[in-house]
Amino acid sequence: MAMAENPISTAIRSIDRPVLFAAAFIVVILIVGTAYTLITQGNAALLSPTYLLLQLKVSAFLGIVAAGAMLVILLGHIDLSVPWTIAASAMLATAWGGAGAIPVGLLVGLGVGVFNGLGVAFLRIPSMIFTLGVNVVLRGFMVMLTGGFSPSSEPTDLMLLLAKGDVLGIPIPVIIWAVVGIAVSFMLRRTPLGRYMYAIGNREGAVYLSGINTRLVLVAAFAMCSMLAALAGLLIAGYSSKAFQAMGDPYLLPSIAAVVIGGTNILGGSGKLSGTVMGTILIVLLQSVLSVMQMPEAGRQIIYGIVIIAMLLAYGRGSRLRL
Amino acid sequence: MIENLRLRAAQNLGPLLAFGLFVLLYCFYSVLHPKGFTVDLFVQNSNETLTLVLLGMAQTLPVLLAGIDLSVGPLMTLVDSIASEVVHGSPAEIVFGILLCVFCGLVGGAINGIIVVYGRLQPIVVTLATGAVFSGIALFIRPTPGGEVDGDLSWVATNALSELPATYGWWGGNPPAWFNAISGIPMPIVLLVAVVVFIWLPFKNSETGRAVYAVGSNEAAAYMSGVRVNRAKLAAYTLGGVFAGLAGLYFAVQTGSGNADPIQAGTYTLNSIAAVVIGGTSMLGGSGGAIATIFGVFVLRSITFCFRVVDSDSAIGFLANPLLQPMFEGIILLLAVCIGAARVFRVKNRLNLFQ
Repeated sequence: MAMAENPISTAIRSIDRPVLFAAAFIVVILIVGTAYTLITQGNAALLSPTYLLLQLKVSAFLGIVAAGAMLVILLGHIDLSVPWTIAASAMLATAWGGAGAIPVGLLVGLGVGVFNGLGVAFLRIPSMIFTLGVNVVLRGFMVMLTGGFSPSSEPTDLMLLLAKGDVLGIPIPVIIWAVVGIAVSFMLRRTPLGRYMYAIGNREGAVYLSGINTRLVLVAAFAMCSMLAALAGLLIAGYSSKAFQAMGDPYLLPSIAAVVIGGTNILGGSGKLSGTVMGTILIVLLQSVLSVMQMPEAGRQIIYGIVIIAMLLAYGRGSRLRL
Repeated sequence: MIENLRLRAAQNLGPLLAFGLFVLLYCFYSVLHPKGFTVDLFVQNSNETLTLVLLGMAQTLPVLLAGIDLSVGPLMTLVDSIASEVVHGSPAEIVFGILLCVFCGLVGGAINGIIVVYGRLQPIVVTLATGAVFSGIALFIRPTPGGEVDGDLSWVATNALSELPATYGWWGGNPPAWFNAISGIPMPIVLLVAVVVFIWLPFKNSETGRAVYAVGSNEAAAYMSGVRVNRAKLAAYTLGGVFAGLAGLYFAVQTGSGNADPIQAGTYTLNSIAAVVIGGTSMLGGSGGAIATIFGVFVLRSITFCFRVVDSDSAIGFLANPLLQPMFEGIILLLAVCIGAARVFRVKNRLNLFQ
């Protein structure tokens, strides 16, 4: 007689491998870090709710950027204009000030995204090149605007509240990240747009022949990506109480790393948001625990690189060329 | 014969365009510059260009395979840091130091190649990760900028060829006539020609070099034709590492010190990609080459040079405003890559666009 299916093993099987690996690795990081603090300081500071909530809050900024990056990567493209989209939206928003600050910041993101989308979808320039060029232009544009005189870089009260406040003990950035995550996940799984995205990532020509305007889907994905980067920019400006030029630089490569560690194929066509969320937490926690362990910057970089390759070798390998 | 020439021109439209643009921009610059068309200016400009040229050549090889290498900048800074530790002392130590630097570049490139080929991971992700590792090792070796590079070597490598016998006392300070004829050539140009003639051209014309182009055009077809796909990929990444190592070595020799700044590494990586594209090498792989990239870098640098000489009172004087220059550089870069969009309007079957 066949054994009744064990509900726990069914649940585990429904989670895909990247999420499982990432979760396991997060636990390993916490165990190693806690062992370190137990030996050196005699406490388990890494397991305190305060520390974990703080890490979640820091993850929220990267997580929002990574959610956007994932949309573009699902299509088989990439957005390298993220750093200056973050900086430009935050700087223009703080310069605008008042109630209009946040809408202005998001509109900057929308504008950049639509422009990226037009270049990639209509001119068919490889996204890596086009968005790289847009990044340089944005940087030049901001140097032009802020070089001669310095507009206000103070975030508005609302931006400060969104970045630093909390509701019932949960930081607001985490709540925003959760809302973004649920919305993106819903869009990917339950709406035609989301299904088109996966399909285009697999074979755009086939989607085009099915009568779908693939170019509009590309523009929409780039627009969403840049708007999420702009949203993150507004939150980061609030969190660090200042909008500044290099603020977006530390988010580009970690966001791509978070997406691929989460199991999204860099060539497009497959991947889940849950993986990206786990990848984000893994990267933030790894960096944080290593700095708690007083690992110098050099060592953190090396471990970070090795972890990415090791995780991908465990589950992200391509198929052998066979004909 | 004419037919052959026409075919060659059609195949090399991108590089020819880059070459034309470079000649135009550089002539514009030289005419306006008070010291235009003098040895001093050639020396100065070629010094500012050679590092990025070598790095662009490093980037070209993975791009020919339809891949990309985000670790060229970090690998360059790693070798730069190593060079600032080993390239000084007795002549034997200097030679050993130089060989060690090139070897480190080779190992870095080979690691990328091995992970890409045997790990079967995507090059963009692999090099993103190895780039972080290279940056980390560079920071270990050189936590703060500094170090030392042999002064004579720096002087010779960054001046006209005439300084080579003068510094090392060849021919007793009395060089032969044939040498005087070429003594005005800047040393960076001599080095570049040597790299092209002794490394790039033999590689490109070898069986492995042809295999790299074949794999970049169509990997499956190359495999079916008996091309050794893995060997071609390994060779391309390894040679890319060698070029990145040479770039780091020259950077150290030129600046006389080492600097492991990760932000500088990132900027160099992005510029190397831009140079490859402006040179006319296809991001889809299989066409272009290192010589095309050399002209891509020349165009990039000439744009920067031109901004220096624009008279601020003339009709285009707004170009001389330093606050506007970064934006114009960006716009020109964007326009240059948009030239590649011309095929959208030529293509007969829209399905061919989706690749």
